[in-house]
This record gives sequence, structure tokens and C-alpha cells, in this order.
Amino acid sequence: MDQYAAFAEVALAGATDNVVPARLQMGVSLGWHIIFSCFGVAFPAIVVFTEWRAHVRGNADLRNLARTWSKAMGVLFAAGAVSGTLLSFEMGILWPGLIERYGEVVGFPFVLEGFAFFIEAIFVGIYLFGWDRMSPRAHMLSALPMIVSGVAGAFFVIAANGWMNNPTGFSVDATGRVVDADPVGAMFGPSTWAQFTHMLIAAYMVTGFTVASVFAVAMLRGRRDRYHRSGLLIPLTAAAIATPFQFGVGDWIANVVAENQPVKLAAMEGHFETGTAVPLSLGGLYVDDELRWALEVPWGLSLLVTHDPNGEVVGLDSVPAEQRPPVNAVHLAYNAMVGIASALVLVALWLGWSWWRRRRIPRSDWFLRAVAVSGVAAVVAMEAGWLTTEIGRQPYIVYGLLRTADAVSPAPGLFLGFYAVVVIYVLLTVLTVVVLRRLAGSHDTPAPQEGSPERQEVFR
Amino acid sequence: MTLPEVVLGVMFVGLIAYGLFGGADFGAGVWDLLAGGTRRGRRQRELIEHSIGPVWEANHVWLIFVLVVLWTAFSGAFVAITTTLYVPMTLAAFGMIARGAAFAFRKSVTTLPLRRFLGASFALSSLVTPYFLGATVGGVASGRVPPGIAAGDVVTSWVNPTSTLGGVLAVLVCSYLAAVFLCGDARRDGHDDLASQFRARALVTAAVTGLVGLAGLFVLRADAPLLFDGLVGRALPVVVVSVLAGGAAIVLLLRRSYVPARIASSVAVATILVGWAVAQYPYVLPPALTIGDAARGEATLTAMLVSLVLGSLVLVPSLVYLYVLFQRPSSVGDPAGPGPLPSSGNGGPVARSGPMMGS
Repeated sequence: MDQYAAFAEVALAGATDNVVPARLQMGVSLGWHIIFSCFGVAFPAIVVFTEWRAHVRGNADLRNLARTWSKAMGVLFAAGAVSGTLLSFEMGILWPGLIERYGEVVGFPFVLEGFAFFIEAIFVGIYLFGWDRMSPRAHMLSALPMIVSGVAGAFFVIAANGWMNNPTGFSVDATGRVVDADPVGAMFGPSTWAQFTHMLIAAYMVTGFTVASVFAVAMLRGRRDRYHRSGLLIPLTAAAIATPFQFGVGDWIANVVAENQPVKLAAMEGHFETGTAVPLSLGGLYVDDELRWALEVPWGLSLLVTHDPNGEVVGLDSVPAEQRPPVNAVHLAYNAMVGIASALVLVALWLGWSWWRRRRIPRSDWFLRAVAVSGVAAVVAMEAGWLTTEIGRQPYIVYGLLRTADAVSPAPGLFLGFYAVVVIYVLLTVLTVVVLRRLAGSHDTPAPQEGSPERQEVFR
Repeated sequence: MTLPEVVLGVMFVGLIAYGLFGGADFGAGVWDLLAGGTRRGRRQRELIEHSIGPVWEANHVWLIFVLVVLWTAFSGAFVAITTTLYVPMTLAAFGMIARGAAFAFRKSVTTLPLRRFLGASFALSSLVTPYFLGATVGGVASGRVPPGIAAGDVVTSWVNPTSTLGGVLAVLVCSYLAAVFLCGDARRDGHDDLASQFRARALVTAAVTGLVGLAGLFVLRADAPLLFDGLVGRALPVVVVSVLAGGAAIVLLLRRSYVPARIASSVAVATILVGWAVAQYPYVLPPALTIGDAARGEATLTAMLVSLVLGSLVLVPSLVYLYVLFQRPSSVGDPAGPGPLPSSGNGGPVARSGPMMGS
């Protein structure tokens, strides 16, 4: 009986305790959705490129590839769409304090994102339906709105997140109420362009490496025909081109963070004491205001942040303890992102070298194994980067202005919602994998947006 | 009209679109649920799947519009609704996930148990989701959502007579709309027997909806007097139009004029929603929060209005193109549509899509 009472107490906990379930629920739903969003942003261009090459070269394998991928894109888009719907409810259900106070400033990009998503949904349907029903030219043209709206949607969502990191575009009166909201200006704060570029490249990395990894696994199992070689090469090339750029953008975004959210950067580096000639720390754990067991690169951080080996870098000690994010989570997530991205660059260089010297994919099985792992690795790196920016902003939901604890809903029972979300997303993940596997195994499997040939034998 | 009223009006157009397109979509799922056993219901399910297959995603984006416009332009009202009514709204959102995913993935799997599971998930969530959305509307309309964050009762705000009425009516209206839409689709595809079946269902649901609506007036008079007064007062002309359109739809259905019946039915449903809005005017959250009080800054409202107008210029033609593309007779456009179907496995679909698909 006691454990039921204890369960009820946890499940129905209200008010201040709600931060934990609300963040967990938001984390699960957004962390899941973000993977599928990457495919919505980057996959259309890769698919249409493949279709274009197929037409140019009259290559049936490439056409097969483009068609199968377009169906996979449809499946992933459907999964992303249904999970995205939940998010628009959760913004109000979980974070009413954010929306009530700043909705008029941060809501606008979501309206635009609604349009972008609507257009994408329409043209994903048209593109999938249009195979064999439109001329190749018309078919590829119909994909253009899909590509543009996918990227535009990402921009608007990132603009909203960039605003949460560096809120601009409004002023506050004496009572703390927002006045003079400038919703358009708010979309273009200091973080927006760096964050957007970072995310756009991440989307290509996630999509490219993930799709390539599927084909790497097939090639390791002996299916090394032209279909599979192209299936590996095209997305891997896209990812390989994108990856080195990510380091340049990473430096850009780190500088933006250093300038606008110095405490977040200090947490990323596990850097406690404000000082000069600060080393760059790799790995390690943050214990008692000190980063231990880390590998240090002398002057590294000062050099990166101020472009001067003796430059001053603000540390966590610049703010009271209750205004610091959980340092280890941020530091480790950040290191995981950078570490994995570095490994992915090696894969990209390996491919680039082989292509430059011999015009072919490296023959070694180790290369295929590396590509096979790269998909999961890219997803982990992207999630780690997302955790870095979200946990690094804590304890604020709107940086410096609104604490997460003050934005959460005080309604009772939020833990139940979290448990339900976990169950639903586990099911959704299993189903998505089942459907994608089925698609890989049989090319005539229809995508969600297609008119469906029924398989009657099932019912006889 | 004031600027906030215009923005809210535009949002309401989105809500009506959701009610018609998303509503018919939900209703199709309800008929899927009631289609009977696996074998007996197969043709009906095929028709349903064929009708909503390509448009189901687009049909539901309207709701996201309604939500984001509300949270941007009427932030306080939005958070009052979502926090007080978070239980039915969360359940409705879960229903949308279960429904969308199940419907999308069902056609891609072949094993019967999994298809049955997904079919059941699609059909059941098609029933409960509109119920919870209707209950949410009932909670707001009956004045159970006070302004403020989680200021209302999280249980009685949606477990009450008006919410129950709203939920039941939503399910009935969705089912009715779907039946009418499916009549036309069935006949267009040459399935006259299916068209007759759905015609019968449309007539039955119309009768039931009418009866529930009438009985509902007594519920409202007792439970939501402010809304009742509005409905029989200011909104009376709209309600009359709704009743007339509903009557016309029944006559048209009896005469098997399915396309005009669609239009009349859409008018009847749209005017129910408009009637609710007029009856509740000028409150966003009766009886305390008016549209003017709930509206946020002018710059935000203006930016929204401009983007809504400009965005529609891109959106509406795209949407029309999508619907036109899929309203073409399937026997011409889609050789594998309903009708005699290729046996299956690799033979049929490969033949359908030409020599490129084998590998």
C-alpha cells in the first residue's frame, strides 16, 4: 500500500517539483523529434540530387535509389510530423510561464514555421505521388518547394531557440510586462545565424552519415553492387563535404556564446576561475569547482575565444552558484559532440583521399565499419550538441530573464504525462524501424503519403 | 472590427478548415473502426485509406496554425486553456500521434497482426481524439477556464455536461462529414454499393447529430447559460443557417447528389463553429477575458496578419493543387487504386511502377 501512496505522491506532485517531469517530457519529445527534423531538412535535397543524376545518366540503379529514398523520406517525415504536433501542445502545457510572458515575442517564428511545415507536407505528398505521373522535369521542380520549406522551417525554429539564448526585440516595463514587442527583430538576435548554420550542417551530417551507414552495413554483408555503392557514396559525400565546415561554424558559434552567454561557455569548458591564458580542457570531470583529470591544451581557450593566447575568459565564478548550469552535463555533452565530430572528419578525409587518388570508395572493410557506425555517431553528436545548448542555458529558459522553474506549469500530475510520452515514443521508434526495414527489404512498400496498393493476400 | 478581432477571425478560419478537413479525416477513422471484421470491412477500409492517404498530413497542420496563432497573439488565453485543460489536450495530442503514425505505417507493413494493431490504433484514436478536442471546446465555452496559469480545475473543466456534449457532438459531426465525403469518393471511383452504404450512414449520423444537438440545447441552458443565451440570441441567425444547410444536405443525400451534399454539409458544420464563436463573442474565455483584453501588442498582431495573408498566397494554391491532384478519378490516375487489384507480392506493384522498381 505504501508504494502506491509513494507512487501517487510522485505522479501527482505539483508546483515546484514539476520542473523535473516537464523537462524530461520536453527532452524526450524534442530529442526524438529533432532527429526526424534533420531528415526533413537535408534528405529532400539528397533525394532530388540522386533523381537528377539518374535522369542525366539514364541510370536505373540511381533511379531506384532515389525512389526508395523518397519513400523512406516520407516515412521519416510522417514520424516527424506526428511528433511535432505534440510539441506545439507542450509549449503551453509544460511552459505556460514562457508563453504567457514572451509568447508575443517568440511566437511569431512559429507561425512562419507553420507555413513552412504546411508547404513541406503538401509537396512531400505531391513528390511521392508524382513518380511515374509527372515528367521528370516537373517532378523535380515539385521537389523545390519541399527543399526550400524544409530549410526555412529549420530557420524559424532555430530563430526561436536563438531568441531563448539571446532574447532581443522587446522592452520590459516597470512591472516586468513585455512592451514594444518587435517579433521580426526578435528573430534576428546574435545567436540566430550561427545556430542556424550549425544546425543546417548538422542536418546534412546526420542524414548523410545515417543513410550511408545503412548501405555500409549491407555492403559488409556482401551486397556490393552498383546500387549499394551509390547508396553509400552519395549521402556520404554530402556528409563528408559538410563535416569540415562544421568546425569553422563551431568556432563561430563558440565565439557568439562567449560573447553573449559567457557562463554557458565556461560550463562547456568546465572553466571555473575567470582569468587569462586559459587552457582548453578536453574530458575530465568537474568536482568542487574544479575540472579534474582533463587533458589541457595550454592557452587553447584564450586563443579560441579571444584570438590572443593571453586573453581573458570569463569563468563560472562570475555568477553565483544558483545561476550556473549543471557543469558536468554540459561539459561532457559538449566534449562528446566535438570528439565524435572529430572522428567523423577522419571518415570524411578517408573518403576524400581515396576518391582523390583512385576515384573510388576505400575498399577496406574497416572503412565500411567506420561508415556503419558513423550514422549513430552523428545522431549522438547532434543530440549532445542540443543538450549542450539547452542544459547550458539553465537555470534559465529565457537567458538571464526567466528561470525554467518559473516557466513550468504548476498543474498536478505532470509525471504521468512523462511516463506516457516515454511509452508512446518507444512504440513509435519500434514501428518506424519496422517500417523502414520493410522498405529497405522490398521496394514496392508504399510510403505513408502514397496511394496504396493493397496487398490482398493478407486478408484472404 | 478591431485588429485583435481580425487576427482571431483569421485563426478561426483555420479552425473551420481543421473542423472540415481534419474532421472528415477523424470521421473516416471512426468508420474504419465500425467497418466490421477484417474481411467484411476490407473494401470500406480501402476506400477510406485511398481517400485520406495523401492528404492526412496536410489536413492536420491547420491545428498547429490555430495553436501558434493563439499562443502568439493571445498568449494569456492560450496558457490558461492549455494548463487548465492539459489532460484532454495531452490525450488529444497522444491520439494524434497514435492515429497519424498508425495510419501512415499501416500501409507499409504486411503482417496481419501488426496491420490489425495499427488499424485498431488508428481507428480507436480517431474516436477519442475528436472527443477530447470537443471536450476542450466545451470546457472553454462553458466558462470553466479562468484566466491565469492552471487556475481552473484540471478535472471538472473537461468532465462536465457541456464538455461531454462537445465531445459527443465532435465525434458525430466528424463521422457525418466523413460519410458524406466518402459517398462522393466511392461513386467517383465507381463503387456505387459503397456509396449507398455511406449514404445510409450519413443519414443516420445526421439524424443522431440533430437529436443530440437538440437535446444539447437543454444541457447548455442548464450548464452554460451564457453560451445558451448567445446561441439563441445573437448567434440565432447562424444557427438557423446551420439547421437549413443540414436539412438541405439530407435532401441532397436522399437524391444522391453527393457533391452538392458535401457543400451543404460543410456549410452546416462550419456554421456550427461560427455559431459558437458568435455566441461567445466578445469573450475568448467567458465570462472573464475579452478579445481586446487578451490581445497582445499591436506590432505582433500586425506582423502576424501580414504573414498570414502573404503565407496564404503560397499555401492556398499549393493546397488546392494537392487536392485537385488527388481528386482525379483513381482508376485513371492510379492503376492500383480500388477496383480489381493486382494479386500482390512483387508481381502487382512492380508492374504498377514500371521496370525500375525491381532490384
